[in-house]
Amino acid sequence: MSEKDPKKPGTKKPTLPPGMGKKPTLPPGAAKKPTLPPGMGKKPTLPPGAGKRPTMPPGAPAGPPGGDGASVPTRADFSSDQDVRWCPGCGDYAILATVQRLMPELGVPRENMVFISGIGCSSRFPYYMNTYGMHSIHGRAPTIATGIKTSRPELDVWMITGDGDSLSIGGNHIIHIMRRNVDLQIIMFNNQIYGLTKGQYSPTSEVGKVTKSTPFGSIDHPFNPIALVLGADASFAARTMDRDPKHMKDMLKQAHEFRGTGFVEVYQNCNIFNDEAFFDFTEKATKSERAIFFENGKPLTYAGGTKGLRLNGFRLETINLENGNWGIDDCLVYDETSRELATIMARVYWREDLPQPFGVFFRENRPSYDSQVNAQIQSVIERRGKGSLEDLLNEGDTWEVS
Amino acid sequence: MGTKTVETLPEATVLFAGDSGDGMQLTGTQFTLATAYAMNDLATLPDFPAEIRAPVGTTYGVSGFQLHFGSVDIRTPGDEVDLLVAMNPAALKVNVERVRAGGTILVNSNAFERKDLNLANLDTNPLEDGSLDKYRVIQVELTKLTRETLKDSSLNQKEIDRSKNMFALGLALWLYSRPVEPARKWISSKFGKKPVIRDANLELLKKGYHFGETTEQFVTRYEVTPATLPPGRYRAIQGVQAMAMGLVAAANKSGLLLTYGSYPITPASDILHSLSKYKNHGIMTVQAEDEIAAIGIAIGASFGGSLGITGTSGPGIALKGEAMGLAHITELPLVIINVQRGGPSTGLPTKTEQSDLMQAMYGRNGDAPLPIIAASTPGDCFEVAYEACRIAVKYMTPVMLLSDGYLANGSEPWLIPDADSLNDFDVTFATGTNAEEDGKAVFHPYVRNEKTLARPWAKPGTAGLEHRIGGLEKQDGTGNVSYDSRNHEHMTWIRAEKVERIQQEIPPLDIFGDPDADLIIVGWGSTRGAIEAGVTRALNDGHKAAAVHLRFVNPLPADLGEVLSQYSKYLVPEMNNGQMVRILRDRFLLPFEAMNKIQGRPFGPSEIQRKIAEMVG
Ligand SMILES: Cc1ncc(C[n+]2csc(CCOP(=O)(O)OP(=O)(O)O)c2C)c(N)n1
Ligand code: SF4
Ligand SMILES: [Mg+2]
Repeated sequence: MSEKDPKKPGTKKPTLPPGMGKKPTLPPGAAKKPTLPPGMGKKPTLPPGAGKRPTMPPGAPAGPPGGDGASVPTRADFSSDQDVRWCPGCGDYAILATVQRLMPELGVPRENMVFISGIGCSSRFPYYMNTYGMHSIHGRAPTIATGIKTSRPELDVWMITGDGDSLSIGGNHIIHIMRRNVDLQIIMFNNQIYGLTKGQYSPTSEVGKVTKSTPFGSIDHPFNPIALVLGADASFAARTMDRDPKHMKDMLKQAHEFRGTGFVEVYQNCNIFNDEAFFDFTEKATKSERAIFFENGKPLTYAGGTKGLRLNGFRLETINLENGNWGIDDCLVYDETSRELATIMARVYWREDLPQPFGVFFRENRPSYDSQVNAQIQSVIERRGKGSLEDLLNEGDTWEVS
Repeated sequence: MGTKTVETLPEATVLFAGDSGDGMQLTGTQFTLATAYAMNDLATLPDFPAEIRAPVGTTYGVSGFQLHFGSVDIRTPGDEVDLLVAMNPAALKVNVERVRAGGTILVNSNAFERKDLNLANLDTNPLEDGSLDKYRVIQVELTKLTRETLKDSSLNQKEIDRSKNMFALGLALWLYSRPVEPARKWISSKFGKKPVIRDANLELLKKGYHFGETTEQFVTRYEVTPATLPPGRYRAIQGVQAMAMGLVAAANKSGLLLTYGSYPITPASDILHSLSKYKNHGIMTVQAEDEIAAIGIAIGASFGGSLGITGTSGPGIALKGEAMGLAHITELPLVIINVQRGGPSTGLPTKTEQSDLMQAMYGRNGDAPLPIIAASTPGDCFEVAYEACRIAVKYMTPVMLLSDGYLANGSEPWLIPDADSLNDFDVTFATGTNAEEDGKAVFHPYVRNEKTLARPWAKPGTAGLEHRIGGLEKQDGTGNVSYDSRNHEHMTWIRAEKVERIQQEIPPLDIFGDPDADLIIVGWGSTRGAIEAGVTRALNDGHKAAAVHLRFVNPLPADLGEVLSQYSKYLVPEMNNGQMVRILRDRFLLPFEAMNKIQGRPFGPSEIQRKIAEMVG
């Protein structure tokens, strides 16, 4: 750091280095057309190429991350040199470690990774990743992520947010990124509290919660994040927890493979302001009875396979698989492409009679916003040719003055 | 057919006024086109209500289109109106005060029934009560003549009545000896697929024109000879169009993708409308969920190496404040367009004002100065849009670009610029490391260019330049988060200094008028035409005055202090309650006098002329 005062304004014109700006090339179109979910009334007409995931333009390094083209990348390649400043014991550490471990497995060069966050303890995350990143402003990460992904669809964009960041101040943006289906991953750290501002209740805090701003208990009805994003037409919604890195990694990996907005809610323990909030689901003593890890195409079982969930009308109910009354065939087989099942499953939320679900609730393949925007531009260029400034300036009625 | 005398005029101001549904904007636009073909210089001022379809016949539903044209240099849409075409009593009532004494008022006399007068809240009929005695009133039975003309048409009564503006247009074209051909051509192509409507409109246009020739009501017909404009190819241009094309030019010359994020708002929406048509010109548009999202999208795009632009009006700027601060501290290029309208709050959405200057200067938390550039004429919007983009990239800074409702909707003949004559627009992306750390070559995002203090622009996707930026204070050089108090002070200075250095881009000021005067008028934005026309008139009156116009509002031009020191009286006309005047007083400690107009319409030259007379007469 220099303590020198900046110089007084100069009056001479500065010379700039010769122009190096190269025209960006648009990503090449992919041949595959997206398939629309069955039952959609009218198929929107899509510009050709919409729905594809673009690849890096020619000239981009194809080697493994790290850019040196030789060594196999490791977790260390994705760790920045900045000291991590979360409270000791915070669940954020486990999420960071899991993401850093996952990165080398994705086969995406480090320089193509971009992490965009809002504001909150969780949103400090990008500083700790040795990738491109922006720690932006409270609640607005979805907008910045949309801007970068739409204008640079070949980049691999991740968005980091908290329960306050995404559901309170950023509530408007989160619903719109969902309906647009921008091709990126969202990791939402849900600790059911405002961490960074030192412990006020958040939009996911339970009714009755006593915090600094609610000494007599919160009276706000909480959001159910998975139900909320499904209501906003999320195309991929999953839930996982900080204390199960293996499951978390699996969810993040699936969100990454998914083309569209991959929303992953992570239950994260804030040991300072909301300790043990999810311990029922995350700790050994109660986890198997209180949490169910469900998978697409598999029957819903938990408690070490001794219990299952069956559909009774539109309601889920627990069945005992050991007393001979019920068998595995009675359990509901999960279908992650069913909006109806996703809705029923998402509404299993802090229920005493049912385990809290963890897994991929819903997946719908539909073209992403970024690919459609770029495909539309491409199709206009194909139809009209690359625009000429000269022609544009001279269009319409003109006349000569001599 | 009576014999008509032809009187040659140096200039004239015509105002078409009627109900929102009377097609006055269209009539005005077509009259403008004919005037452009007649090679006059011109300026227009459309004036429409905030309601889309206000109740028929009411004063608040009146829509107007004013046009000032001449063989002389035309700088404003005109002060006093020479011809008012009023389609109903409400239009007459709202606009009569703007007609000069002795001016002509042409009314549709069929629209002055008792019920029409009631709708306009008029107790007596102005055509009979003597209130129009100081004007020359020409009563034309527009409704009846239109119905007679189209009696054999298959159009229904409503459609026929709606077409009477074409009769009025034909008549006005005749009165000022304008060519009919451009309007004929326009009708033919617009209604090519609806021959019944096309033929009805063509017939009315012709009948209106002939009516002028045959009626005894007109003894004089006017002529305005061609203006001496600089040679070249011209088109009529509106400020919004020019602004959009300036952005396209920036995309074209820089080779950058331009990403425009916007949320609809009057009068800025037309920029979004125009740009969304230019997808094959290196422009991407995103209609965002709100103004905050719109600027966020633009910032994200800029971080990705394309140029983010966001456009709105005052209320939208209020929402963008925090994100502008983010762009300022992350030192990313960004252009924020404010097409100003009457405020505060929702204010006067369709009227013009310059009241967001303080908001542009100071409307962010923290010390967060932005360069501010203001357009002065509809055509100038092209140049300032281009300049704003160029400076944003060269200095890695958000730039605030100010226009207003009058500039956006007003039009003028525009000498089509030669794309090659624009300032060079070089873009340099960082390609390699620029610092050393522990003997290792590394990339530091806040190492600065010595001349501009700009930091390097490193595009994601470039190996080895991975870095993080954000809203927390940065250590100069490394760009790491820093809470160090000395560093914060230094960074605040350096960000301000970077904005100040943009003075390097500002050409020396031009003094308009008499440089030896005691009085200098300092203007900014769209008041330029009125100020300079007012000074010209004052000089003709023998009153000495000079004027200087500021395109750069922040930083102020380096030579402004020196220029001001040569005068002893200072006047600052603004369409607000005194904003620039405060900035100037603050900077120069000179006795600047404020001249304010906050009526939702631009200054006229005569107002400036009178004020000069008052100050130096
Ligand atoms: C515009 C604005 N308002 C308020 C704040 C203060 N603030 C910072 S973080 C935060 C809440 C963060 O909660 P959450 O998103 O749940 O993140 P966590 O800290 O729990 O990870 C608030 C209110 C701010 N930075 N900006
Ligand atoms: S306050 Fe809570 S969420 Fe924030 S770092 Fe500390 S433990 Fe983690
Ligand atoms: Mg939180």
